[in-house]
Amino acid sequence: MQCDVCKQNKATVFLTQIEKGKMQKVNLCEACAHTKGVADPKGFALVEMLHGFGHGEKVATQPQERTCPNCGMTQTTFRKTGRLGCGACYQTFGEGMDQLLKAMHKGVRHTGRVPAWAKVVGRDNDRVEDLRVRLEEAVAAERYEEAGRLRDEIRQLTPPETAV
Amino acid sequence: MMKFATLLRKPPEWMLLDGPHRDIVITSRVRLARNLDGPAFPGFAKKEDRTTVMQELQPVVEGLPEMKDGFSEDLGALDAIRKQVLVEKHLISREQAAKSGGSAAVINRDQSLSIMINEEDHLRMQSIRSGLDLRVAYAALDRVDEELDGLVKFAFHPRFGYLTACPTNLGTGMRASAMLHLPGLVLSEQVNQVIAAVNKIGLAVRGLYGEGTEALANLFQISNQHTLGEREAEIIARLERVIEQIINHERNARRKLVEDQPHKVLDHVGRAYAALRYAHILESKEALTQLSMLRLGSDLGILPSDLGRTIDTLLVEIQPAHLQINSQRKLGPEERDVLRAETLRQRLAGVPEPRPESLQPPVDPEPPVI
Ligand SMILES: [Zn+2]
Ligand SMILES: [Zn+2]
Repeated sequence: MQCDVCKQNKATVFLTQIEKGKMQKVNLCEACAHTKGVADPKGFALVEMLHGFGHGEKVATQPQERTCPNCGMTQTTFRKTGRLGCGACYQTFGEGMDQLLKAMHKGVRHTGRVPAWAKVVGRDNDRVEDLRVRLEEAVAAERYEEAGRLRDEIRQLTPPETAV
Repeated sequence: MMKFATLLRKPPEWMLLDGPHRDIVITSRVRLARNLDGPAFPGFAKKEDRTTVMQELQPVVEGLPEMKDGFSEDLGALDAIRKQVLVEKHLISREQAAKSGGSAAVINRDQSLSIMINEEDHLRMQSIRSGLDLRVAYAALDRVDEELDGLVKFAFHPRFGYLTACPTNLGTGMRASAMLHLPGLVLSEQVNQVIAAVNKIGLAVRGLYGEGTEALANLFQISNQHTLGEREAEIIARLERVIEQIINHERNARRKLVEDQPHKVLDHVGRAYAALRYAHILESKEALTQLSMLRLGSDLGILPSDLGRTIDTLLVEIQPAHLQINSQRKLGPEERDVLRAETLRQRLAGVPEPRPESLQPPVDPEPPVI
């Protein structure tokens, strides 16, 4: 039997799933199963995704699992191991991590040391922006000690002529 | 570069110095986790990518001025006993000792700085000092961090800080800890309360060899849990304040023991002296417990005051891998217990008998010199 994806190699991985009363079958070769990340033969999203190629709108669009474009770490593996695969993973999975970080840490924002490259103006604009928002919050809440600290931090990150 | 044999023979700098509160705080350690921007973290990287990172980082780390004439080795080139020796000396982690190729350890000559390459993160850098000296330990490490920052590009995110394999290390990537000797709190059965209180304020308490290890020798490691949301200096200041409070509790507990139960104290110290000087079979746990009591005896004036340093050395030397490497062969547990007792008898041979009449409560140390 031929692989449904590459239509070249011999299929050795067979996935079957009952969906809306209809049996769906996908046959894959070893290589395609690997590149599509089929570790779990019940890979629901995969079956849908594959059928999505040929069946168009008939298949509900189940979003593909989030995967880090840099290292290939998947959401499932991250959830299972609790470890990230590379620095870029934080771009992919970071947004949903606030709850987790809140439980683990004192805060969800870094306030410590910054490497030289990140201090370069432009690259840390969003950090300064972030600090400015917090400064406003701190002033509004009359947390002056924190506000002073934030002001110092902004000053450190911005060239003298633009400092607040 | 320094040979393994030299590293083994040479006592680390922290053992030769008397840091602040040395009677209660044995060492202060600070650790920083750093990763390169780009390559996958060691635990997720393919073997060849891990090797590439190591080949890039090892010469850079070796080239740091701090690492001049230091020790540097691929973990794959060290046998299990040598790796375990490094763990017992607190120079590498148990996690790293479990690794072989593609991971390296670089240690400076006085063993105050150790840098693990490809442990859980690309870099785990540690600074160790005698006594309660977290700021100085951090300053030494910060210098190394700064130097490396000029040589490689660290993975960093403006909101999350330094990016690490495990989100529990995110932000500063810093873990600061102190090893406290708390026999007074243990003997007066107050230690669990103290641990509970410390845990409650977000600090971790562990045993002699880190996570999940028993509190042997009445030694407790106190460290920060949170790495994100506070600056390095804030984390250290908070930890230091808590440790100073624990030191006060320990001194008070010792004082109360001396005043209310002098015979109990003298009995513990006397038995420890007898066991360590005359026993021929000593299991690790018993030896550690007795060394703790001997150290207490020294702190309370019953035994010579310079004994503390010998004891701190022995705490490491009677560990299994140290015993085996010194005897140059693999030993079974029974053989180790015999050799452990022998080592202790020899090393403590010149120690005079305890003098009960010299028992005195701890004095509060002089205010720190600024
Ligand atoms: Zn195929
Ligand atoms: Zn990644």
